Amino acid sequence: MKHVAQLISGLALAGTLLPSLLFFADRITLPQVQFWMVIATIAWFASSSLWMERPAGK
Amino acid sequence: MNTAERHEPVNEYEREPVPPHAWLGLKSFLGQYAGEHVAGTELMIGPLFIAAGVSAMDLIGGLLLGNFLAVLSWVFLTAPIATRARLTLYFQLEKICGSRLVRLYNLANGIMFCILAGAMVTVSATALGVWFKFPMPGLNDLYPNSMGWVLAVLAMGTLFSLVAAYGYRFLARFANLAAPWMIVVFAAFGIIGLRQLGMTSIGDFWATAETVIWKGGEPLAGQVKFTFWHVTFFAWFCNMAVHIGMADLSVFRYARKAWYGIASAAGMYIGHFMAWLSASILYALQLRQDPAHVDVLPGPMAYSACGLAGLLCVIVAGWTTANPTIYRAGLAFQAIVPRSSRFRVTLLTGAVATLAGMFPAIAMKLLNFVALYGMILMPMGAVVFVDFWLLQRLGLQPNYAERSGSTFNWAAGLTWFVTLGVCTALVLDGHTQIFFVSLPGWFVAAILYVVLSKICQRPLACPKAVHSMAP
Repeated sequence: MKHVAQLISGLALAGTLLPSLLFFADRITLPQVQFWMVIATIAWFASSSLWMERPAGK
Repeated sequence: MNTAERHEPVNEYEREPVPPHAWLGLKSFLGQYAGEHVAGTELMIGPLFIAAGVSAMDLIGGLLLGNFLAVLSWVFLTAPIATRARLTLYFQLEKICGSRLVRLYNLANGIMFCILAGAMVTVSATALGVWFKFPMPGLNDLYPNSMGWVLAVLAMGTLFSLVAAYGYRFLARFANLAAPWMIVVFAAFGIIGLRQLGMTSIGDFWATAETVIWKGGEPLAGQVKFTFWHVTFFAWFCNMAVHIGMADLSVFRYARKAWYGIASAAGMYIGHFMAWLSASILYALQLRQDPAHVDVLPGPMAYSACGLAGLLCVIVAGWTTANPTIYRAGLAFQAIVPRSSRFRVTLLTGAVATLAGMFPAIAMKLLNFVALYGMILMPMGAVVFVDFWLLQRLGLQPNYAERSGSTFNWAAGLTWFVTLGVCTALVLDGHTQIFFVSLPGWFVAAILYVVLSKICQRPLACPKAVHSMAP
């Protein structure tokens, strides 16, 4: 479970940055950047709270 | 569960050394510093550099050097003392200065922390302005300009205060959770801003930086012109109160090793380099789109680049910075009234910070305020440094107030007052700008403390044991 959450967190962080890079490369529009950043933000906070700073065994 | 337990969810070791079982690893400090220095206030400071007419070379070169000097200050001045004494700054000062003098210092420190936290609340409240469309303050506004603004600051301040009141561990956890995401969003601010300013490849960066973003020249009306040395000293001294001024003794007393001071680099090079540049870029974009729109409003700037995620970032970034600031202010005030509950003191501190946050003048003059803040608290950092490392070697008594039973160590008190007098005179006479005066001020304070200790100290009949300098 912890590893799945960590994987989702990693993807969410990448998903927060990637839209701006794609915008820089003229691949997507600014509204699309903003949409995907919100989705990635939700994914980050939902997944990272499941594993970051949790005592072992919990 | 009794009342004290309910209101003191975490034992914070305010008046005793932090025991080994409570020491923390490097990761806690990396998370805290990264979170604390990638903050809402970065969205104020970055634009103010542009308003100060800084050039690209001066800004980037000055930030690299100034941040390096700041990290060295944490590593070689703050952390070694913190990991040997393992006391809060306030308790350590009480041993050196005596309870009456330290009350005065704690009052000054707590007030400055409250004002700084207020600026952070101000920044986060600008995010609510985007959602609720109330009138927001301009660059030259001094007072709250609408009921919507007051309510927004009240809502943010209440939220921040409640979290700060629950203590260091909760705070560190929240900062750790938010820090990676905030860093990425700040990077996105810069990338999106650069593209909107017309940059299409990485190779264009320097040309864009010099000709579009940090063009140099005259500052905006009412702003001081910034050169390489202004940027260097600002970057070095903007956290002077916590490194050279030793406020972060209260943080690094939890560190297992002194070299954990290097964790401050996470805050400096991500927050005080990348985040300041990103915020500058957003402001340059705003000025390019409307040269008359000089107001620095982090919420709308972040929203224009990253939408809802940008707004959330402004709120969270303000939160993770205001939390430790309110916490530190709470420690300062609690040292004045040691029997008071830290929970209640922190809530009260948060209320004062919230009130300060309603006045936009503090955030809009943040460069000057931060320099003033460092100058006021710096002399006591010099006193702690000299007392810990030098006095015993010079045949004088460290922790003199504790050992002599004095409640007011005149050597420390006069050092503080005279140094502040000298620094203030230099600034008011126009000899030195406030951004530079704290460097000579530190040496004035260090020399004064040695000389005054020589004059004021009397031989003690039965000296108590002194602190160990062993690692």
